[in-house]
Amino acid sequence: MEYTPPPFFRQGPSALARLIAFAALSLLLLVLDARFKVLERVRFGVATMLYPMQRAARVPGEAASGATGYLALQRRLLEENARLKQAELTAAERLLRSAQVESENTNLRAVLAMRERLPVTAVAAETLYEARDPFTRKVVIDKGTSDGIKGGQVVVDGAGVMGQVTRAYPFVSEVSLLTDRDQAIPVQVVRNGLRAIAYGTPGGVSGIGDAGAMELRFLAANADVREGDVLVTSGIDGTYLAGLPVATVVRIEREAGYAFAKILCKPAAGIDRFGQVLVMNGERKALPAPPPEEVEEKGAKGRRPKRRPEVNVPDPAALSAPPAKAPAAVPAAPAKK
Amino acid sequence: MPAPSQPTQYILLPVNPWFIAFTLVFSLMLNLLPVGRAAWTLAWPDWVALTLVFWNIHQPRRVGLTVAWLVGLLMDVNNASLLGEHALAYSVLSYTAISLHRRVLWFSLPTQMIYVLPLFLAAQLVIMLIRLAVGGGFPGLVYFGAAFISTALWPLATYVYLAPQRRPAEKDENRPI
Repeated sequence: MEYTPPPFFRQGPSALARLIAFAALSLLLLVLDARFKVLERVRFGVATMLYPMQRAARVPGEAASGATGYLALQRRLLEENARLKQAELTAAERLLRSAQVESENTNLRAVLAMRERLPVTAVAAETLYEARDPFTRKVVIDKGTSDGIKGGQVVVDGAGVMGQVTRAYPFVSEVSLLTDRDQAIPVQVVRNGLRAIAYGTPGGVSGIGDAGAMELRFLAANADVREGDVLVTSGIDGTYLAGLPVATVVRIEREAGYAFAKILCKPAAGIDRFGQVLVMNGERKALPAPPPEEVEEKGAKGRRPKRRPEVNVPDPAALSAPPAKAPAAVPAAPAKK
Repeated sequence: MPAPSQPTQYILLPVNPWFIAFTLVFSLMLNLLPVGRAAWTLAWPDWVALTLVFWNIHQPRRVGLTVAWLVGLLMDVNNASLLGEHALAYSVLSYTAISLHRRVLWFSLPTQMIYVLPLFLAAQLVIMLIRLAVGGGFPGLVYFGAAFISTALWPLATYVYLAPQRRPAEKDENRPI
């Protein structure tokens, strides 16, 4: 006769067996997520389920900021109002000029038979919170796929590029900041048009602050970069629009022992501040096919080194720079045979 | 499971499963609070880990590895981190807590804290190792501060989470337990 244990003692598999099973499952998820990116749907579902709780967790913070806003002093509000009016005037003047410059630009482009730039649409959003993961630099904004946000879009604030949408959920989106370790952005120096790629360095860097910094890698030790140089997007990847302010060079360390200079930059955007941001639906044009070899050689003969033709610099620092050196003055590269 | 060595012995009421669920959801909400990225918030305690360890030790048959794994998955999605990272860490946490649960409750509260501190540290270490393996940077020693703060909250958790079970079954003026 066989005896089975009474139900009281039946506890299913042992804890160790469960641990092994769950650890294997977790590792599987990790590999699938890190290597193959096939779990976005699972993440999407869980995120949608989690959204009401996240929304509820934001209530105390919103109530606190609402209360401080309600109790703000009238004097401070008046000051702010005056300051904003001043800023609006300055911006309006610049905007008028830029409208004129833009129409001129369109005409010149038509003359040069180049493709017109696609109009840029943007969605205004607000940063909700910073993801609490200490290993990455991400913020969450309050617009998602229901507002037309897609992964890969560029996020800017009033001062410059903040980062890129890396995941869009139905009602919120994750934005990887420029200072995230895995974030890279193609830039060029406004002063001389030198192109480079800026990578995020998340840790606090002395002289730049805890918010994180960016680094220009693989530039030769004698590259023409100076402290104080302004970096803008070069637009060369087709993702970021050209000419958006990105960062300012803060410190350059050139050591004889290394082939590359260590160039640290401070992001232009208020990366560690909360507030309104714009999610830009930038031009996503396909890159032109590389020209045939012999044409390339013929074109390169007797010419300046080939440079990206569409470089324009809307930011104020560049406008005040000597025009002869600004990259906008560079003539168009050979576009036709 | 009353701890015989403790000076005051309570005969606890049976636990209400809904209360366990409520504490888990509440601690998850505390973890979801947008506390920002100031230096001190790196050491914001992991409330979910604290609650999980507490119930794993006090009610190992109700809160086991399955719950820990599922809650870990939720944390992964919220933190925008790799899927499975917190799930693995909480599974390890739960397993060690469950294998210790017969021993821990025989000790006084300070000694219990000495027992749970390595559990929290191990969970954080698992997460850090995973991130280092996929190319993250070392976040600094402040990162491990969260484990110490979670441990410091252990007496509070014991007081609050056991409070519903300490109520007298029948109210009686002459026999206040």
